Amino acid sequence: MKSILSPHLLRLEAEAIFIMREVVAEFERPVMLYSIGKDSGVMLHIAQKAFFPAKPPFPLLHVDTTWKFQEMIAFRDQTAARVGMELLVHINEDGVRRGVSPVASGSSVHTQVMKTEGLRQALDKWKFDAAFGGARRDEEKSRAKERIFSHRSTAHAWDPRNQRPELWNIFNTRIKPGESMRVFPLSNWTEIDVWDYIAAEEVPIVPLYLAKERPVVERGGALIMVDDDRLPLLPGETPRMEKVRFRTLGCYPLTGAMRSEASTLPEILAEMRASTMSEREGRLIDHDESGSMEKKKREGYF
Amino acid sequence: MLESVAAASSHGLSTPTETSDAAPPPTLRLLTCGSVDDGKSTLIGRLLFEQSLIFDDHFAALERDSKRHGTTGDDIDFALLVDGLEAEREQGITIDVAYRYVSTPRRAFIIADTPGHEQYTRNMATAASSASLAILLVDARKGLLTQTCRHAAIVSLIGIRHVVLAVNKIDLTGFDEAGFNKIVADFKAFAATLGFASITPIPISARHGDNVSEKSANTPWHKGPALLSFLETVEVEEDQSAKPFRFPVQWVNRPHLDFRGFAGTIASGTVRPGDEIVVAGSGKTSKVARIVAADGDLASAGAGEAVTLTLADELDIARGDLLSDAKSRPDVSDQFAAHLIWMSEDKLMPGRSYLLKSGAKTVPVTVTELKHRIDVNTLGQLPARTLSLNEVGVCNLATASPIAFDPYADNHTTGSFILIDRATNATAAAGLVSFGLRRATNIHRHGLSIGKLDRARLNNQKPAVLWFTGLSGSGKSTISNLVESWLFAHGLRTVLLDGDNIRHGLNKNLGFTEVDRVENIRRVGEVAKLMTDAGLIVLCSFISPFAAERQLVRDLLDDGEFLEVFVDTPIEECIARDPKGLYKKAIAGEIKNFTGVDQRYEAPLNPEMIVARDGQTPQQAAAAIVKELIRRGFIDSFADPGDDFSI
Repeated sequence: MKSILSPHLLRLEAEAIFIMREVVAEFERPVMLYSIGKDSGVMLHIAQKAFFPAKPPFPLLHVDTTWKFQEMIAFRDQTAARVGMELLVHINEDGVRRGVSPVASGSSVHTQVMKTEGLRQALDKWKFDAAFGGARRDEEKSRAKERIFSHRSTAHAWDPRNQRPELWNIFNTRIKPGESMRVFPLSNWTEIDVWDYIAAEEVPIVPLYLAKERPVVERGGALIMVDDDRLPLLPGETPRMEKVRFRTLGCYPLTGAMRSEASTLPEILAEMRASTMSEREGRLIDHDESGSMEKKKREGYF
Repeated sequence: MLESVAAASSHGLSTPTETSDAAPPPTLRLLTCGSVDDGKSTLIGRLLFEQSLIFDDHFAALERDSKRHGTTGDDIDFALLVDGLEAEREQGITIDVAYRYVSTPRRAFIIADTPGHEQYTRNMATAASSASLAILLVDARKGLLTQTCRHAAIVSLIGIRHVVLAVNKIDLTGFDEAGFNKIVADFKAFAATLGFASITPIPISARHGDNVSEKSANTPWHKGPALLSFLETVEVEEDQSAKPFRFPVQWVNRPHLDFRGFAGTIASGTVRPGDEIVVAGSGKTSKVARIVAADGDLASAGAGEAVTLTLADELDIARGDLLSDAKSRPDVSDQFAAHLIWMSEDKLMPGRSYLLKSGAKTVPVTVTELKHRIDVNTLGQLPARTLSLNEVGVCNLATASPIAFDPYADNHTTGSFILIDRATNATAAAGLVSFGLRRATNIHRHGLSIGKLDRARLNNQKPAVLWFTGLSGSGKSTISNLVESWLFAHGLRTVLLDGDNIRHGLNKNLGFTEVDRVENIRRVGEVAKLMTDAGLIVLCSFISPFAAERQLVRDLLDDGEFLEVFVDTPIEECIARDPKGLYKKAIAGEIKNFTGVDQRYEAPLNPEMIVARDGQTPQQAAAAIVKELIRRGFIDSFADPGDDFSI
């Protein structure tokens, strides 16, 4: 069925398609980071369109921190089967052996080891020279400054003070051996654009985005879902059932849920438009200090 | 403060489609520019704040940051909303472009906040390239500054035709009407030749909100609109669909033998099945068969749409080709005139080989003539031999093969390009095509009846250029002389070009600055090319320190003809030998620009041959080179050269 996209969304979609085709034409070994979230879902959906009738000529990569919601992993495997693309899954085994976890090690060590280092390992292991990510400039201040084609050194580092000027739609894709490019086709999308697009194009999403009764505990003002028995309960804590949904999805002990009645897409859109809180508000890893995202990105985080 | 924001935020985010049935005006892409400290970031922060577009948690962080980094005393410093990099927040300046996405009930905006410092002008040009309106800020107390003029000139050059002249900090002049009018008059006089379709002056105070969202009671003399209502209604888009069809082929889609589609984004015009198109470069024509899309074939598609076309005929079409309206074709030439905005710390080297990327096409290119530089204060012409970071110049360029293009004034997509530094991969310049030079098509190369291969056959050899590169004293001349002696003794036709016979004659007007070294090698390359046309094996012995020039010579020649011989004697050894006593002088500072001492040597990354390593003698090196010439089929193996000419 043909959806009716607004001129605004059509333009964003065309821009993303252009970026994806440019990567496929100019790089040897591209890969699409698939994080299972709504942005990844939109990116993957657009990739199907960009290369139709061919399948997108690159694999999907998921860096599994082993702490994703169970529903996310199930959805990931269904999605890969549905689109018929190769799915590569990488786990930082060294981190697993060292027992790194959000519970035992805290959020920043867990993110550094299982996400950032895990991602670097995966990119090195398969020698990818370009990696698509679903990040958007409206998510965070340092992302607002990042180029669409973001150059990384052989050590995967980002140098925010020396970014290549990016003029018109002409992207300088040249890299030296061992260097790589992170590419963000959804750079100019906002959170609302993503939801509008999901609704218009009927893009499948993880059910966690929709409100449902789920077992949660409240910690430091955040609602943490008890997804399995690895989350140690503090004295006096008992999980209780609450109708919640997630606005953003990360590792489950690091992602706060929100109380919500929005169990359909139109209800989510209505709720979004009334929201006074930012999307990453539920992400506990960003809160340490204002510059924390830039620091992580310089070290190779997406 | 926080409470009031939360209350105001209850309007929340809205998209234009919600509140009105009429089609909303298209998303407006704009940038803010102007000199440092004129309040660009503050204005955007103010706009977000007044439109209740700041999330509560961001506002809480802003309050914390304002106490820590703020430059506005106890007030909220709105600039910190957009200055997202640590270095920016610490220094209180904007370094790079920040993009903000704003929707009011009437229109969606993508706003680029750009740096005011001169050293970051290239980031401002980056933002301008995707915008269709510019807000140029001026400090009401200071009036027009150099950087105001520079930004206005770049905005005009990039083709933005609508400018808001936002005279900021008007509160600090006591809302002085006469001062405002003088700035407006000054700017209109300066911009008279810049070709703006509209200039809209607005007196504002970004810090206090005068004339930002609503008209201010403090400026009753201001008859024009407030900034926001102007932005919500201004019409800026040119109708790209009405222009001739242009479709740069980005990727060839071949999922199976029965499908061959050309994927790309329509740069201008519209297309329907049955339309006649021409491949601009080859001149071959065909008709559009289908416009393929995932949701089913389209009946038509217009500018800006990313589609896949199939054609009625099997034509040779690859990435980089430009499909065009057969009745309104683009220029096809290997020479054209253009404006360059220089963006690299390394200066422009006329004659050096860069890569030009335009649309999906990437070709080697040289700047053949720098006509002049533009003085951004007066818009006058200045003589120039090079362009430095942030300078704008007018020049002629020559590409290694013809490309299809339109003047930038007609088509921003097919008339724009970037230059890439071949050694560092940095984006060296932004380019805007002025017009094609007819010289390329008028001076047809003579179709000579005796070709290079005929002469080579007579000589029983294949022409080649052996390019010896290495530090002074590395043994280039010694080795090349040995090789030439052997070739000559075996009846082969050779010529040797080196500093002695070139610098004293053809190139005696050149010195040793970077610019002159580039030109030196370019001329040598052209001479070597003529010599290979004559069927000779050409031995060139030059330090040739820069990879880009060696690449330029390689590009001049046919594939496989250029053999780079890296004479890799360690610099310590070269200094110890110092046959002409030059290192001694250079180290003492008596000679400037000496390679290996105060000028860099870029070692070849993939030379055809490396000699003089691990104590290899010149005789062994020469023998190895001759063997390689035999192995590659340049000369017959009628005599085994042995492994060492000294034996």
